[in-house]
Amino acid sequence: MPLRIGIVGVGHSGFDSMTPGLSTRELMFEAASRAYEDAGIDPRKDVQSFICCTEDFWEGISITDEYMPDQLGAVLRPLCTISSDGIVGLATACMHIMSGIADVAVVESHSKISDVLNPDEISSFALDPIYTHHVNADPRFVAGLEMARYLKETATRREFCAQVAVKNKKNALLNPRGVHGANLDKEAVLNSKVAASPLTELESSKTIDGSIVFVLASAQKAKKLGNHTVWINGIGWSSDTPLIEDRDMARAAYAEQSAARAYKMAGVRNPATYFDLAEVDDTYSYKELQSLEALKLAAKGKAGKMVESGSFDRDGRLPVNASGGSLGVGHMLEATGLHRVLEAVLQLRGQAGRLQIPGAKKAVVQSWRGIPTATGAVAVLGN
Amino acid sequence: MKLSQKITSYPGHEITPEDVKDGKYLDVVYKFEPKYSWAAGVAISRFLADLKEGRIIARKCMNCERILVPPRMYCEKCFRPTDEWVHIKDTGTVNTYSISHVGTDARRLKTPILVAVVDLDGATPGMGILHNLGEIEPSKIKVGMKVKAVWKSSSERQGAITDIRYFKPVGEE
Repeated sequence: MPLRIGIVGVGHSGFDSMTPGLSTRELMFEAASRAYEDAGIDPRKDVQSFICCTEDFWEGISITDEYMPDQLGAVLRPLCTISSDGIVGLATACMHIMSGIADVAVVESHSKISDVLNPDEISSFALDPIYTHHVNADPRFVAGLEMARYLKETATRREFCAQVAVKNKKNALLNPRGVHGANLDKEAVLNSKVAASPLTELESSKTIDGSIVFVLASAQKAKKLGNHTVWINGIGWSSDTPLIEDRDMARAAYAEQSAARAYKMAGVRNPATYFDLAEVDDTYSYKELQSLEALKLAAKGKAGKMVESGSFDRDGRLPVNASGGSLGVGHMLEATGLHRVLEAVLQLRGQAGRLQIPGAKKAVVQSWRGIPTATGAVAVLGN
Repeated sequence: MKLSQKITSYPGHEITPEDVKDGKYLDVVYKFEPKYSWAAGVAISRFLADLKEGRIIARKCMNCERILVPPRMYCEKCFRPTDEWVHIKDTGTVNTYSISHVGTDARRLKTPILVAVVDLDGATPGMGILHNLGEIEPSKIKVGMKVKAVWKSSSERQGAITDIRYFKPVGEE
């Protein structure tokens, strides 16, 4: 039987390059207030589990978990923090609900990257301190290494990666959250400055601030809450070895395994034809291609050609990152997965405005934790 | 007598500073230097601006009628936005205190640091500020004693919690 956990409320705030007027906590309060109103719940009474997905170094406060309760209505309530992507937080909420610990669970994640003055220092500090950290370069060199291997092994043409950036940045122009939307051509993307070859600057997502909150409920409880329940029918997550040199650099193996688990749970037999839309990792241009292949939405080595031919355009056979993804909207640290889920949920509710894909019923969402991790998660959603 | 005085030898192999200097044990040293500039937000920005003026400001929640300090734009008990700004006094009562004899580097301090939670007058009882005490013998500090803020001069104040130097005792009964 597929998993059946209801997403009964969503709320978000920020979605800007900087939010200097609000503290992290005020940003979270805004998103949480909207999510609770959307679900029609009182967080002080109706929620049995609160989950935050944050990472101390991004917050600039150690043991940052302790600073989460107040602005979520979670003072003296069960709360825990997970140092991983937001979709892993959703999976934890699903487990709390399935185990009977909670009927209603709340998941929050945010980015306040504008508070961090030297984010590269933090990404770089995530490299193995003894074995890898000696490379004194912008940590995107790890993406460059993956991309070079992916292009070689799959014989994908370089400009197909650029087309991912063109597509997603263009899609974002229709999205009110699309901070990095732009109308560019492939030449502009390819001719932008090289960050870490072969990856260029316009193929790298840029970070933004924002907070996203979801209210989840058991199937029974979901019937009584909200008006637009979207169901989580399958969820999976996975981590590859942290040894960069020992991973298969051409594949997103963590995404393959996460997808296999989520698909099995949801009863998805033929992913390539099953979904009406996909929101997948596009932290870097090639990542979208790698992810589409890992999710079996494209055959190995074929994702690039399909992007080029328009199969993944908003009006294509399978719209991929119709929201603009991370390249077009912005990257939100550990909240990136929740951003993708947010865009998919709005589509399945029919509330995506000018982005709306008519009749969207089934969606797949996939996240990656970013450099230098090999951790990802996948959720299968339906309305 | 020190507890360790009776012990003449410890199990295992003792590492000497020479061993480390001679490279007998390998390690990698790196100084991690993240830098942050935390946005104070609506509530704390106003709080700091008022400290610069030598005043303490709080927020009131009309639902639970509490006067909250430090101020916040939301009431964590009611989960709703707070309603209005209220100036409170710079006097209060020592709720609890501790005399710290150890510095952040684990060394004994020559002059102990006097830390206290001060319930501020005008805020809801039980709400206040964590700060230092001054102009008092450590042995004279008592829970329940009345204290008042000692401010930096207006030219020295810069909109920081340290614009208050410390709290000192007032009106010894």
